[in-house]
Amino acid sequence: MVKEIERVGLPVVHVASIVPISLTVGANRIVPGVAIPHPLGNPELSEDEERELRLNLVKRALLALQTEVEKQTVFEE
Amino acid sequence: MVKYKVVHYLNQFFGQIGGEEKADIPPLIKEGAIGPGKALQQALGEEGEIVATVICGDGYFADNIDVAAEKVVELISPYKPDVFVAGPAFNAGRYGIACGASCSAVRERLGIPVITAMYEENPGLDLYRKRVYIIPTGDSARYMKEAIPKMAGFVRKLGLGQEIGTPQEEGYFPQGIRVNLFVDRTAAERAVDMLLAKLKGEPFQTEYPMPAFELIPPSPPIEDLRSATIALVTSGGIVPLGNPDRIEAASASKFAEYNIAEVNDLTSDAYETAHGGYDPTYANEDADRVLPVDAMRTLEKEGIIGKLHDFYYVTVGNATSVASCERFGKEIAKKLKAAGVNGVILTST
Repeated sequence: MVKEIERVGLPVVHVASIVPISLTVGANRIVPGVAIPHPLGNPELSEDEERELRLNLVKRALLALQTEVEKQTVFEE
Repeated sequence: MVKYKVVHYLNQFFGQIGGEEKADIPPLIKEGAIGPGKALQQALGEEGEIVATVICGDGYFADNIDVAAEKVVELISPYKPDVFVAGPAFNAGRYGIACGASCSAVRERLGIPVITAMYEENPGLDLYRKRVYIIPTGDSARYMKEAIPKMAGFVRKLGLGQEIGTPQEEGYFPQGIRVNLFVDRTAAERAVDMLLAKLKGEPFQTEYPMPAFELIPPSPPIEDLRSATIALVTSGGIVPLGNPDRIEAASASKFAEYNIAEVNDLTSDAYETAHGGYDPTYANEDADRVLPVDAMRTLEKEGIIGKLHDFYYVTVGNATSVASCERFGKEIAKKLKAAGVNGVILTST
């Protein structure tokens, strides 16, 4: 799905729990998720901490969307 | 008489520990053959003996690939096996990765031959095919009966130290390894033969198939985020409670579009996941953990993004075929483009 969205010229960032799969599939902008059942959350944190974590992940995804890339790029912390 | 010893790798399900609720167990080892290993043992006969079975939860492995693979190596090395065999994983993605990664680690660290088996669309295939013999199977455990004899034949060859032929001869997935050999016709002659055959519409076999792996050039970045409309898309199965469009828990045949124009937060009384294959507890408690609507609203309010698109798109990525995903992707892309969306965050579990 990432590739088909990219194909029409829209920038797309893949927030993915298993980065090797995302790379194999062919996503160009990748942000590693936290874990498979909760890529953008962590139930072990307090509500506020979790909200902060999610906000930061989304901000990183947005940063990826604003970044010019020439090849597959993983946006780590 | 036993001529070679085998250790077998299984996930928590085939290892008879439990279902998805046990997917987070770290690797453990048990003596002898278990589950599909018993059929494998039978097929191996008296020459080969499955001395132990390593079992690990699929979730644990996929979340800690390197640590889990290392642990597998540690657990099996005291048994001094001659062959390591994993699976079959069929089309189970996390299991396929676990099989591939453990085989790869065992081969590298213990220097013994390894083999696994899975379906052609399993993501574990492309990740590990270069380093590991992987035998094709059907897409589900319905094909166990066909898979076991093929695996046993391969294990036997490896155990007895017999030479493994080409992928065509032996039936494993090609590994992209080129072997030098002598032929009596030059490359130019062979190429012309192929061309003539092609022109005549006759069958011919290329000597160097091009990979079907296609990369799309990256789209240009968003220039002004503050005026941009961002859309959310997910393969994590987040749907309104009750899954009104009945997206399948596995092998999804459709995607759905839901209006979130009035939604600020995905709460457990209104949203859940339809995705099978991972523990849904956390997504059902708070679907923002998969589809971050609350965070996007915060950023929208702060003026960091222009707008969160009024609709989100969802399917279930569990064992869903590549062909279906391409179709969903094309249709979703068309809608996003038509709606004037400037960028997309796609989340996957």
